[in-house]
Amino acid sequence: MTEFLTHYIEPDWIAHFLVAAVHCGLILGLVVMAAAAFTWAERKVAGRIQDRLGPTRVGGRFGWLQSPADGLKLLAKEDLVPAEADGPLFRLAPYVSFCTSFAVFVALPLSNDWVAQRLDASVFFLLAVAGLEVFGVILGGYASGSKWSLFGAMREAAQVVSYEVPLGLCVVIPVMVAGTMNLVTIGNMQSGWFVNWMIFHDPFMFITFWVYCACAMASVNRAPFDLAEAESELVAGFLTEYSGFRWSIFFMAEYASMLAVCLLASILFLGGWNGPVPITSWLGLTHDVHPVAGFVGDLLGFANILAKGVLGVIVMMWARWTLPRLRIDQVLTMCLKYCIPLAAAMFLGAMGWTYVIRGGLSDMDEPTPVVQSGQSVSLANHQEGGR
Amino acid sequence: MANERSQAELIEQDIQTDELLINMGPQHPSTHGVLRLVLRTDGEVIVDAVPHIGYLHRSGEKVGESVSARQFAPYTDRLDYLASMNMNLGWALAVEKLLGLEATERAGCLRVIMCELNRIASHLVAAGTYGLDLGSFTPFTYTFREREKIQNLFEAVCGARLTYSYIVPGGVTADLPDGWLDQCEAFLEEFTPVIDELHAVLTSNDIFIRRTARVGVLSREMAIDYGCTGPVLRGSGVDWDLRRDGQSPYIELYKDYTFDVIAPIDGHYRNEAAYPAVPFDAVVGDSWHRFFIRMIEVVQSMAIIRQAMDRYRKTEPDVGKPIKTTEKLPAGEVYLETEAPKGQMGFMVIGDGTKTPWRVRLRSSCFSNLSVAPELCRGHLMADVPAIVGSLDLVLGEIDR
Repeated sequence: MTEFLTHYIEPDWIAHFLVAAVHCGLILGLVVMAAAAFTWAERKVAGRIQDRLGPTRVGGRFGWLQSPADGLKLLAKEDLVPAEADGPLFRLAPYVSFCTSFAVFVALPLSNDWVAQRLDASVFFLLAVAGLEVFGVILGGYASGSKWSLFGAMREAAQVVSYEVPLGLCVVIPVMVAGTMNLVTIGNMQSGWFVNWMIFHDPFMFITFWVYCACAMASVNRAPFDLAEAESELVAGFLTEYSGFRWSIFFMAEYASMLAVCLLASILFLGGWNGPVPITSWLGLTHDVHPVAGFVGDLLGFANILAKGVLGVIVMMWARWTLPRLRIDQVLTMCLKYCIPLAAAMFLGAMGWTYVIRGGLSDMDEPTPVVQSGQSVSLANHQEGGR
Repeated sequence: MANERSQAELIEQDIQTDELLINMGPQHPSTHGVLRLVLRTDGEVIVDAVPHIGYLHRSGEKVGESVSARQFAPYTDRLDYLASMNMNLGWALAVEKLLGLEATERAGCLRVIMCELNRIASHLVAAGTYGLDLGSFTPFTYTFREREKIQNLFEAVCGARLTYSYIVPGGVTADLPDGWLDQCEAFLEEFTPVIDELHAVLTSNDIFIRRTARVGVLSREMAIDYGCTGPVLRGSGVDWDLRRDGQSPYIELYKDYTFDVIAPIDGHYRNEAAYPAVPFDAVVGDSWHRFFIRMIEVVQSMAIIRQAMDRYRKTEPDVGKPIKTTEKLPAGEVYLETEAPKGQMGFMVIGDGTKTPWRVRLRSSCFSNLSVAPELCRGHLMADVPAIVGSLDLVLGEIDR
């Protein structure tokens, strides 16, 4: 798109700006739609688990307009800043949280080459930016001027910072096996049958996936690790003083990061946009055959990765509505005593495995880049640079 | 030497962190009503917890001295409003003892059925809200779904779903409607598998055990010293239940029924194999045991209800006649304790020959049970406070009276 626009629009910066705006709009649309859909899904999933129906009234039989109705309600609420709060920081905090969880999607490919900004070190960028979300929470908890919020912020700081370590280790393992930090390349390496997925690469990778799941749940603050807003202990933790629109921004940030970690898991472990069966290549839906066919193939890939992401989010909801909450010391014990050693052991194991058997159990051997204008060159450069 | 000591003091001052005074309640999601706990914390560790009560005070005892014995029955509903039947029973028996009355056999059966049903309902609320306290929302909906069925049964009997005033001095207000016993049996039938469900999502859930085992350990001696009763006392390994060990006329009500008193004796329960295994981590007197005892008492209550329904079918159709509102109380003094779901509920009534009692005094089990909360919370983490207070199963309506 950049090349297309720079070809027609004279000052290049306008073209670049337009491209950026379009990408931002697309990602924002995805994130907001996902948050709305997940709010509805969460209510429905919770309803099923709890032997009730969930929303049924707003918007027909399935209550699918519940999220817009909730959004309207939140927008119409009083804009409340507590007298004790640190005003500017209190107002800033939700946006810090949301912007960082939104920025994650900038480098997250949603299909083969469907990525706002192609980065060679996109895994690194993702981890770095996702880790910033905690600032919004700490800021909000501190600026609220409430003791409950402060407790929530303290817990968030302790928990998220601890879980960044095993999460990072778990992410490094597929990166090491793939030999690249470029998520597009990692995704494309797993094309073909589902046995090519990273999770089936070797036994260590399989365990790593589950460690990643636990760490991801903890790092996005979902139950049973939702200590920062533990409602039975801390009223609502860092969210205690937030209401209306600012609260909904935090809420969207939470759902956006849930989706982000699930999408990252599906790219790193579950084949990304490659389905379990290589249907697209059988049908010839690749860019080699025809650009339109390639687009359809990419669209299928997008549906694929989205399905995996949504499945991951639903598993998170399932856990939330089934399990009691852990205590802060138990959460940290789990991180320091189990997750980190386990992730480190898996790292060593996977390293040994790739040293002995390069391809693992699958026939995933070398990156097989999809030949496409621009990308193959950069990939080749990267490969040479990387080795 | 002096210099050395000051050096040590200096270091101590240096590592001393500030304590945080934090007010938990009366508007807090997990204080079960209007309990207020002032917590002094060092980071997440509780240094001290001071309960403040009285937010629900309605002068219940003074009201009892201004109205007649029959008129006070609805006020007893509002004591432990989750087990109104049991509150009604305590008052009815105390007044009957003072008057020298005895309820008919059928009224006795009905009293047992209703009180045990209400015990199940009360324990269900305790289990569900305890799940909420620990961050697990789903069991709450399961328990309230079952409690709803019990409330439907009560509604069929007396028209009320929460404040029944069904058991009154002299008998009960009405006999059972047609088909009620079948409905009750159907409920017991449906309810049996739900207990296993609750055991799965709570009692034997790994996180639940981690959150409750060895949390808030109440020793046998401390439980007795503080006057704890009910599941809290039995959870500490004291084999004591007024349904078996109580006074006349309460004991007469239960003497022909076979049931187990649920308490860990030397760490073991009677008929242990029938229930989920006690986890390795749990010690007698901790929050897990208090919760577990309620879950098993529900099974015992079901057995009692089944026996009482069989007896009911054989009795004469006479449920007694409630005393008149103008009934004069003879001079005399009666104090009677009954085994309510939360513990021993005591009613004292002193008559002076007029229709209003000269003195009414209530002994609240939750009040005594709450008094151990500061001892139990000390040294635990912030998240353990709801776990401990929830395991005591407090109802503020009874504490504040």
